[in-house]
Amino acid sequence: MTTETTPRTSPEIGGMGHSVKRKEDPRFIRGAGEYIDDLVLPGMLWLDIVRSPYAHATIKGIDASEALKIPGVLAVITGADLEKAGLHWMPTLAGDKQMVLPTTTVMYQSQEVAAVVATSRYIAADGVAAVLVDYEPLPVIVDPHKALEPGAMVLRPDRAADKQTNRIWHWESGDAAKTDAALAAADVRVSEDIYIPRIHVASIETCGCIADWDAVRGQMTLHMTSQAPHAIRTVLALVSGLPEQNIRVKTHDMGGGFGGKVPVYPGYVLAVVASLTVGKPVKWIEDRSENLQADSFARDYHIHAELGATKAGKITSLKVKTIADHGYTDAAADPSKFPAGLFNVITGSYDFDNAFVEVDGVYTNKPPGGVAYRCSFRVTEAVHAIERMVDILAHDIGKDPAQLRMENFIQPEQFPYKTPTGWEYDSGNYGVALQKAMDMIGYDDLRKEQAAKRAKGELMGIGISSFTEIVGAGPSHDFDIIGLKMFDSCEIRVHPTGKVLARIGVQTTGQGHETTFAQIIAEELGFPVGDIKIEYGDTDTAPYGLGTYASRSTPVAGAATAMAARKIRDKARKLAAHLLEASEEDLEWEPGKFSVKGSPDRFKTIQEIAFAAYTNHPAGMEAGLEAVDYYDPPNLTFPFGSYICVVDIDKGTGQVHIRRFVAVDDCGNIINPMIVDGQIHGGLTMGLAPSLYEAITYDELGNNLAGTFMDYLVPTAVETPAWETGKTITPSPHHPLGAKGVGESATVGAPPAIANAVVDALWHLGVRNVDIPMTPQKIWAILHEKGIS
Amino acid sequence: MIPGQFDYVRPADMAETLRILKDREGEAKLLSGGYSLLPLIKLRLAQPALLVDLRDVAGLDGIAETDDYLRIGARATHRQIHEMPMVRDRYPLLHDVTAVIGDPQVRNWGTIGGSVAHADPASDWPAVLLATSSTIICRSQSRERAIAAREFFLDTFTTAIEPTEVLTEIRIPRRPRGAGGAYQKLERKVGDFATVGVAAVVRLGANGRIESAGIGLTGVAETPFAATDAEAILAGNAPAEELFRKAAAAAGAQSRPAGDVRGPVEYKRAMAAELTVRALRTAVERALANA
Amino acid sequence: MRETVELSLVVNGRAHPIRVEPRETLADVLRERLGLTGLKISCDVQVCGACTVLVDGLAISACTYLAADAEGHEVTTVEGLARAGQLSPLQQSFIDAAAFQCGFCTPGMRMAATALLAENPAPTRAQVVAGIEGNICRCTGYVPIIDAILEAAGAVDAAGVSEGAR
Repeated sequence: MTTETTPRTSPEIGGMGHSVKRKEDPRFIRGAGEYIDDLVLPGMLWLDIVRSPYAHATIKGIDASEALKIPGVLAVITGADLEKAGLHWMPTLAGDKQMVLPTTTVMYQSQEVAAVVATSRYIAADGVAAVLVDYEPLPVIVDPHKALEPGAMVLRPDRAADKQTNRIWHWESGDAAKTDAALAAADVRVSEDIYIPRIHVASIETCGCIADWDAVRGQMTLHMTSQAPHAIRTVLALVSGLPEQNIRVKTHDMGGGFGGKVPVYPGYVLAVVASLTVGKPVKWIEDRSENLQADSFARDYHIHAELGATKAGKITSLKVKTIADHGYTDAAADPSKFPAGLFNVITGSYDFDNAFVEVDGVYTNKPPGGVAYRCSFRVTEAVHAIERMVDILAHDIGKDPAQLRMENFIQPEQFPYKTPTGWEYDSGNYGVALQKAMDMIGYDDLRKEQAAKRAKGELMGIGISSFTEIVGAGPSHDFDIIGLKMFDSCEIRVHPTGKVLARIGVQTTGQGHETTFAQIIAEELGFPVGDIKIEYGDTDTAPYGLGTYASRSTPVAGAATAMAARKIRDKARKLAAHLLEASEEDLEWEPGKFSVKGSPDRFKTIQEIAFAAYTNHPAGMEAGLEAVDYYDPPNLTFPFGSYICVVDIDKGTGQVHIRRFVAVDDCGNIINPMIVDGQIHGGLTMGLAPSLYEAITYDELGNNLAGTFMDYLVPTAVETPAWETGKTITPSPHHPLGAKGVGESATVGAPPAIANAVVDALWHLGVRNVDIPMTPQKIWAILHEKGIS
Repeated sequence: MIPGQFDYVRPADMAETLRILKDREGEAKLLSGGYSLLPLIKLRLAQPALLVDLRDVAGLDGIAETDDYLRIGARATHRQIHEMPMVRDRYPLLHDVTAVIGDPQVRNWGTIGGSVAHADPASDWPAVLLATSSTIICRSQSRERAIAAREFFLDTFTTAIEPTEVLTEIRIPRRPRGAGGAYQKLERKVGDFATVGVAAVVRLGANGRIESAGIGLTGVAETPFAATDAEAILAGNAPAEELFRKAAAAAGAQSRPAGDVRGPVEYKRAMAAELTVRALRTAVERALANA
Repeated sequence: MRETVELSLVVNGRAHPIRVEPRETLADVLRERLGLTGLKISCDVQVCGACTVLVDGLAISACTYLAADAEGHEVTTVEGLARAGQLSPLQQSFIDAAAFQCGFCTPGMRMAATALLAENPAPTRAQVVAGIEGNICRCTGYVPIIDAILEAAGAVDAAGVSEGAR
């Protein structure tokens, strides 16, 4: 464990540890980025979508005649049209099926009902307004608990006869009997219901595509917003029957992803069908309301947790039962074996032997989904639950929450550590991170201040979260999505003049891959970072990869990049030996050159070696200098950190004010400190968002009550605290660079710190839990009930 | 989100504007800024047949004090009002409200007349006009008339303006010695419409007692309203925390909020009271400083 | 079909004669008719700032502003801030502070910051926060953006031009 990054390369080379300025930025700062809606193709048409005002209804008829009379409206596509081609259903990533367009029934408000193709965006919208749909409303189930009640209306009668219930699946992990026994024997048991509401990633750019069918060449080019373009190509080939070599999926600059651009939405499919039908490029760009009302949601976990401990506060056992609201179909973007994602990482940073976790997936009349919101497959839900439970335990037995954590942490010498639910944590040093956060924020003084304030009746709280993340999916023995193993890839070509083109299987949505992946190559081969160009997102050129989500770019594709570079270094050594007339064993590598041991003036630079690869390669060796690597990680990586939040609560209004927030993160070895810090700042703000502001709620008719940015409350600069960040460095022992991934840690770790701070401020009033978002109205209601406000 | 279709005219002067309103009575909607109206049109919650853009109509944008009142032209933007030195120095209530309407983009382009005529039940200006007992001037081809703010806001998005009339100016009574005002707004995040907004004005007499008080509330009824019960409680009494609480309770009781995403009825009532106390405290401080 | 209106839109110092439907927003006309795609559409209802441009030097939201309303006024988009390939102090400080990640909010954020600095060349931190409160960023957590604007405040570029004065 260290806290400093000392680069091995010079600033000119700019390998790992340098805060290299991003290559993406000069185009972004000029407004010259090219996002999907900036792209215009010759002859391009527009597609817009008719959506259901009802959450559950029978479609009795669709009358498109008025729409088709509007000059410029070329076609109206309905479910009946798609049914003829067998395209009205599509498979979901979770093995369920999702309507592209309905033929009989709509299942959630804003579901796609028909598509209008027109010559302009405005005319398409006019067409949408003119399509008349005759609905007969049906009863609506919005509460998953009610969906599970005996006799509840079955929402998906299309499922097999033995599955005529709203329970989609039951999943469990750990040892139930052992856990029950340990709980029964525990001196102290605490239990709590914790709801983590439905939220939306709300990337600042919505989703969209241009499907461009070239009938002459039989070529489909799909320009789209996707975090996983290669998988999309394969799925499109399988579903459409088009030969895969004739499908090109191409991404452009993307305005954020956060998991929301992993799934295939009906809009994409409709644009493809429309382009195939009319033989012209068809653009579909969803607007913000469609984005918030119909795209994949995140969270929506109803958790009941029970924690057992000794009198002294040593945790012995954890039992968790969860209901997961999946909407009308299970379209969760999880690896195949994990219907509840990696939720069973819920034992967190703590050393105990007994855990049992069960989750039931449930259908309701809500949009489908189950994407990340900047986290790795349900780890946020897990971290929130364990960090809240540990805090409740500490308060219940009257022990300082920091002390209780310290006494229960997995110790550094226990790594690799096997958890009771089967994960093997790679490395960690949790106590040091927490102590650093406590020192940075002045923990002991804050506790004294809190006591003094409480005596005066003021509400101040201090909350801690000591989280362990689980990222970098994943090893092929456990991890696949629709059968595709979750490896990732990099292909590096070194040109004769010593300049480098590298292509990666992952996809940036703002993380700065063009810079950090160049830094990995600079680190491994010593080419200056400015001489290295990184490409991605074009399935015709980039090697196959599973994409960017779950913080897997650095752990998987980053490793592939290092391994590909090392293959090039191996060949470069042979070339250098040839050029220097020395044996390979006599050569020494330092970034950028091979020299003869003991004769430092006898060396060849990597650029000279590259030139020789094309001009003077030895007999029997292939010309050229390039390599490709498909990396199958041996394990996941486990970043961690400790966050401390200080809040003051306005007793009059219930408003929570975050006074300070210290975040100490450990993501292993760091490629670009500036980018890592930026990722943590951004992640913290996306952790703040659902803690205090964002939630997608529904009324009893299934109407989305947060369908625009007027009601879906994304924080601004005013709401965002001045984050204070620190770091420790505990390398991953199995990653070639010792790196772990960082893009999502802060979103995972921040909410329980904030929630724990709020509950800490209210605990003396008898408050044990406040579900997020902890809005003023919710806090005020508690204060009012307790006679405070 | 694509707006529905509408016709559009941008008359050159007031006479032409009034003629158009007369000719197309009931069809025309005035545009003065549009940051409240255009989102509604884009969401297809409003579909006017004709937009009459006031942008070129001269004489609607001045801000000046007369002997009796502060005259603000209907097309004065929130920002222009906020930045007037006279407003900053002498009308802190107006300086308060113009700092918290929407965001900078709204304040740069949105106008007081547009906002008042739109009469969103949670918009900020109406509370101020109610608290200050301001007057709203409207003109049609046949007449100009002054409408008391307290008779102006009739219902949700509904005011006393006739379809053939243009709101031309707002007259806010001059601030006398011993008077102070303040605006308090509770919002879910910056830029939001008010969950509750309270404008309070108090005038202290030579004896230190409250001679008169004006309280306008927004967000807590079908339309902004004056908390007359609270005003009556305050009048004639010496300013004190207990008195503020009593008046605030009356303001809360007089509220008729609807439960919605901004909170349930009970919470909104309580917030109306809480913000009334806070507004009164600041208003009295400012009144004392202006004695 | 309603009547269209003939406009002469002055954008970045150049007049563009153009015929539009009255309902066309300034954002759509700039992006789709004039090819000025720097400004972005995100919330579509005036609350996120991605579509921020300047009209007569003031930051406005172009998504809910009729193109017809811009006639007779000077519109400035992010493309209009270019200076012969040179980065302005604000551009440089955005890059140095890592004040953007996906880049989608950046043009709007930059226009808001430009307007802010033009009016107040030496803002306090609180004034910077207030100046960008109408602009949502989903990636950075705002702190780097605030730092970048403060860094650029008062700075002048090689030609001796400060950020606000164009």
